Amino acid sequence: MKKILLAFALVFSAVFVLAQQTYPVNGSFDVRSGQYAFTNATIVVNANQTISNGILLIKNQVIQSVGTDTSVPKGYVVINLKGKYIYPSLIDAFTSYGIPVDPSAAQRGFGGQRQSIFTSTKKGAYNWNAAIRPETEVRTIFSIDSKKADDLRKAGFGSVNVINRDGIARGTSAAVTLNDEFEHKVVLRDQSAANYSFSKGSSTNDYPTSLMGSIALLRQTYLDAAWYKNQKEEYNISLDEFNKQQNLPQIFEADGWQNILRADKIGKEFGKQYIIKSNGDEYQRIDAVKATGASLIIPITYPKAYDVEDPAEARNVTLAQMKAWEMASSNPGILEKAGINFALTSFGLDNAREFWANIRTAIESGLTEKQALLAVTEVPAKLLGISDKVGSIEKGKLANFLITSDNLFKSTNIIHENWVQGKRYIVNKMDVSDLKGIYNLNVDGVGALILKVTGATTASIERSGADSVKTTATLGRNGDWITLSFNLKKNPKGDIRLTGYISSELPIAMKGESALSDGSEGKWTATFKEAGKETPKRERSEEPKSALATNVPLIYPFQSFGNEIQPKSESVLLKNATVWTNEKEGILQNADVLLENGKIKAVGKNLAAGTAKVVDATGKHVTPGVIDEHSHIGITGGVNEGAQSVSSEVRVGDVLNSEDVNIYRQLAGGVTSSQLLHGSANPIGGQSQLIKLRWGKLPEELKFAGADGFIKFALGENVKQSNFGSGQRFPVTRMGVEQTFVDAFTRAKDYETALKVKGNNVRRDLELDALVEILNNKRFITCHSYVQSEINMLIHVADSLGFKINTFTHILEGYKVADKMKAHGIAASTFSDWWAYKFEVAEAIPYNGKIMHNVGVTTAFNSDDAEMARRLNQEAGKAVLYGGVSEEDAFKFVSLNPAKMLHIDNKVGSLKAGKDADVVVWSDHPLSIYAKAEKTFVDGVLYWDIEKDALKLKQQQAERARLIQKMLDSKNKGGRTQRPTGTTSTLYNCETASDFSNGFEAINSEEGGHHHE
Amino acid sequence: MIFLTVSKQSTQKKEDTIMNKTILTLFLAMATSVSAFAQANISPAKAQTKKVILLGGVVHTGNGQVINNGYVVFEKGKITGVGDATVVKFATNDAELININGKHVYPGFIAPVNTLGLVEYESIKATLDFQEIGNLNPHIRSLVAYNTDSKVPATLRSNGVLMAQIRPSGGVISGSSSIVQLDAWNWEDAAIKTDDGMHVNWPTVPRGRGGRTGFSSESITERIQGAISELSSFFAEAKAYNEGAKPAETNTRMAAMAKLFKGEQKLYITANTQKDIVAAVNFAKKFNVTPVIIGGSDAYLITDFLKQNNVAVIVKQPHALPNNIDDDVNMPYKNAAILYNAGVTVAVSIDDFWQQRNLPFMAGTVAAWGLDKEKALQTITLNTAKILGIDKTVGSLEIGKDATLFISTGDALDMKSNKIEKAFIQGRDINLDNLHKQLDKKFSDKYTIK
Repeated sequence: MKKILLAFALVFSAVFVLAQQTYPVNGSFDVRSGQYAFTNATIVVNANQTISNGILLIKNQVIQSVGTDTSVPKGYVVINLKGKYIYPSLIDAFTSYGIPVDPSAAQRGFGGQRQSIFTSTKKGAYNWNAAIRPETEVRTIFSIDSKKADDLRKAGFGSVNVINRDGIARGTSAAVTLNDEFEHKVVLRDQSAANYSFSKGSSTNDYPTSLMGSIALLRQTYLDAAWYKNQKEEYNISLDEFNKQQNLPQIFEADGWQNILRADKIGKEFGKQYIIKSNGDEYQRIDAVKATGASLIIPITYPKAYDVEDPAEARNVTLAQMKAWEMASSNPGILEKAGINFALTSFGLDNAREFWANIRTAIESGLTEKQALLAVTEVPAKLLGISDKVGSIEKGKLANFLITSDNLFKSTNIIHENWVQGKRYIVNKMDVSDLKGIYNLNVDGVGALILKVTGATTASIERSGADSVKTTATLGRNGDWITLSFNLKKNPKGDIRLTGYISSELPIAMKGESALSDGSEGKWTATFKEAGKETPKRERSEEPKSALATNVPLIYPFQSFGNEIQPKSESVLLKNATVWTNEKEGILQNADVLLENGKIKAVGKNLAAGTAKVVDATGKHVTPGVIDEHSHIGITGGVNEGAQSVSSEVRVGDVLNSEDVNIYRQLAGGVTSSQLLHGSANPIGGQSQLIKLRWGKLPEELKFAGADGFIKFALGENVKQSNFGSGQRFPVTRMGVEQTFVDAFTRAKDYETALKVKGNNVRRDLELDALVEILNNKRFITCHSYVQSEINMLIHVADSLGFKINTFTHILEGYKVADKMKAHGIAASTFSDWWAYKFEVAEAIPYNGKIMHNVGVTTAFNSDDAEMARRLNQEAGKAVLYGGVSEEDAFKFVSLNPAKMLHIDNKVGSLKAGKDADVVVWSDHPLSIYAKAEKTFVDGVLYWDIEKDALKLKQQQAERARLIQKMLDSKNKGGRTQRPTGTTSTLYNCETASDFSNGFEAINSEEGGHHHE
Repeated sequence: MIFLTVSKQSTQKKEDTIMNKTILTLFLAMATSVSAFAQANISPAKAQTKKVILLGGVVHTGNGQVINNGYVVFEKGKITGVGDATVVKFATNDAELININGKHVYPGFIAPVNTLGLVEYESIKATLDFQEIGNLNPHIRSLVAYNTDSKVPATLRSNGVLMAQIRPSGGVISGSSSIVQLDAWNWEDAAIKTDDGMHVNWPTVPRGRGGRTGFSSESITERIQGAISELSSFFAEAKAYNEGAKPAETNTRMAAMAKLFKGEQKLYITANTQKDIVAAVNFAKKFNVTPVIIGGSDAYLITDFLKQNNVAVIVKQPHALPNNIDDDVNMPYKNAAILYNAGVTVAVSIDDFWQQRNLPFMAGTVAAWGLDKEKALQTITLNTAKILGIDKTVGSLEIGKDATLFISTGDALDMKSNKIEKAFIQGRDINLDNLHKQLDKKFSDKYTIK
């Protein structure tokens, strides 16, 4: 029976609405002109123009005219919209409407378990990597989803952009209306945009396992596509499609402001300006976001307040989380003030209804109504290239509009109808007549009463005189049909039930049948007497207002210990200290160091302060900043691109995370520069990034300007995957490791030769480019290494293939081959005393540093660990403990020597006039366990000050208390909350293989171990 | 046996002969302190035969006192005198007099709660002997797996760590620890105290990944509650089991709990958050046991509670990152000092078996961040001994206690000056050589450098 009904419904609806030229009809045609006239309405044509008392004519799904002076021609159905509003229906530029969502696409993100699937298993001549799938076209997989369309229409949307959110190059989206008749009818633009992201989606390929791998893959794809145009060797559907899509709008899903900057940077490299869908945190760095020039698509999802009733649990909520909760609704307003072009999307909301509550909150938090309207109509229409069809109410555009009871953004507004392509969808039945008011009510067998209608379903009854009574009544209404019931308690007893209809409209009169509880029946009438006195009623919103931030200062970075005002370079004279120069002057007693304009101005005794601030450093020690040659802080999205044995195309510099609290923590340990390395999952890893610890600066601003490029290599158990992984990826022995290098460098040489031949269409290969740089001494190797055989091996490979090894890092058996390293001018960066955590460190000894140093190898101690990096000075002290290295030389292990091996000793690493003012003031002898870094300057900027830190902690405590109170208030008013889950900063060491099973969400949420690789 | 190992790790000369080995062995036996060419496993020292007088140095007694020009006398393995060297004269005819002017004497450091000797290489399964299968393993005993031939303990001794509490880990009840001294032939003579404590890991919320642990927070809470009630009923049943007449069916797990309920064994519970610590302590109290809290990274937040309940804490290593992003960046450095100053009995530990040689510097860190140096020293000597229940014999330089102590040329809590010249365990003059020193020697010789 059900089936028959359904079939009937389908046939019926098809006949009823069919407008498909090419489709046959089963039965008589029923083609209609769809001519409607909407009169007496306030028509909001667009954000800039409103017509009062206007008339809108539509025909055949198209707007015929809009205006005040039009008369309604014959043949139009007239709908009187007195007191109502007409708005263009909304456009959402970022949805997955109407396409099947592969749950694995969302879950996999990048990373996860490697499955030893090296190339795509997709049938057909597609790209080697299944995350590059520009051949996906939404227009070929889209089908109308009536249920979803209904939800979206109820929220006011009339058209949406449909994106298949799967993969890095995702193919084309399509813009469609939310009309639910025929796919053939609803498509507004079949290829509205080409789409991208950093997430590999449903691809089962191992590569990429990291964010930097995703970036490298996209970059390489641009190059491959360019090469493809001019080659005849292969047929590749993906690259072909990729090329064809380059003139479309380019939409990049890149959540978070740091990812906006990353995406924009790639775009700029290839001459693209992406439209970027982000996540709503742009306010945190609005200037940097604006500087990209990108148009944005922004969600209006706000975090729920955290449940902070239990102080012990509240400790797990970070200041940044609390502030983000408070600030989130301000984001659209801040974007507007900054003059950024943006559209709003309902993407990410639990249900479309939240859209309005949240948009209103955004308006209360500073977004203007005009901008709000633009962001859901004209802006997305323009971004998608569909503004000739939708986005405003103008002649010739599609009849996509809303009929509302009021200003669209008022909390009491009701969307009555949503017309899409001339088809009427009723959202909330429109009752043209408003029943509110006071009526004379007469009921047979009861007599005269006063009826007060106060709302859609609320009314009261009064009787004056002897039987005076006042009672509430229940009002029901279905179009013109009215029901009313009440109980007067006496005369008569029992419920009185009335049913009837509106008998006249101006003024309103109602009449109908009455039924008393004794069974007697009769008639009733009600006639309008006067308008009710409007008692100002409290606005009832579904949920208490989200947090509103008023004059809450931002902090940089948006993290605990961030600064409201970015600290500036100071002129400082550090007076009367023990000064460790790391120069031939050695350690000076009672000496001064003068910092000016970010540089060291002078080192010596009795220096004149001039205008500099004088800091009495009597009893203190002043040293150059600590330099960590091997670090993994400040990196996001994974530190290993371990799916392939060669990944020289990936760059740590692409994935810096300036918000990592470990930057601040390490400043507290006197660290001023760190080399951020790729992990050690493969023989040829990724390109390193040298940074200065400029807490609060943007990722790009952390980079150590003018420094040579480095790259991470690795040997031994990790690259053999001895202690993890499936063991399917080549190599699994030290023998195979050798051949990985031989093969890679041999290919690089052939490649370089081929590049030099004029007219060759050589495919640019970013992987080999990096190796060619090494061969030409333009990029330098830091090689993770443990046992002497492998160290020896790489030295031989390098000799035979003509490249140099700059540094062996870890190098725990360096002491066994120190003479060979010395002969080759290779530096060593090791741990002070780590051993026994795996077999290749069975003979790691704490005398390693001393022996290499004494043989003449430039030797450093590094951390490879966010914790140990905070006390590298103490690690240097162990060079004194184990082997009696002189104190002066020992401190160089963590300052001048790493500077030398990083080729930055002309700028940092010692205290000398002209060098960067990267300086630490210690409370005690810097090699001592008792020494605390009291002040750490980078470029003369005081980023760490032990006294200011104490103050900051106090302020932070107060700010937390304020926000906790605010969250409690929100909860007490019934606001929804979420459980604090606790976050710690993401910690990496070389072995951290795959951190991400869920896209970017894991950022700042993984607790790292305290282990080295 | 000795022959075999000697030949393996003797010099690399190819012309090694039986003759060489014999000579080497003889040499070893004659002079145990000079064994640079020997195997990594250094022979344990012979019993003390002659009275030893350490005269003139800075004596850190381990109980908070320091004697600037002091002496320590020990005989037959026991301390017979400690005091001010300026007021006594010693007859030296029957004694070995060691002048320690300008040097420092410390009681041997005690490394609590670790897996020393239960693992050789962390990544090699065959060498792992610290974690059994199962959740409730009170019958598991660490001592029997303690490998006196491990190359690791010798690397601790040369930094002043002379005793360790070795314990099984994993599960909810991991089993029993024992306390060993680090110069022994096998686990029998190594043992200072056998089965000293039962180790429990308080079931806790996995930190960090939040919703991404694969379990919802509700199901995590449920799992924790499940684990806690499993633990509770096991304790309750074990208590009843051990109070009643011996049941017909013996339960070795429950029987292994007898010592704990009789008060002959301590209860160590690993718990870090304030909630977990409170829950763990209250749990133990229900069974009339006062537990020792291991870890206690948030213990500084609940000092009153710990003090009121007379609960001691062995804090996890101060060289750790703060638990929360918002925390004072130096919080882990300060935890022990805050506890000590609040009147809580606190000792300091360090993670990882091979890291134990850095224990002295954990106390140094505590001293740097809020505690007097001699008090900080207590956190790896007398306090540890008290908490472990071995303070009658070790932990401080006091008459009647074991002569387990060492001489350092400088402040032993600071890596800059920790330099151990001599160490005694129960009066025995132990060999301070180790694998690392030997490899240092071997390759320094290769390069003819010092």
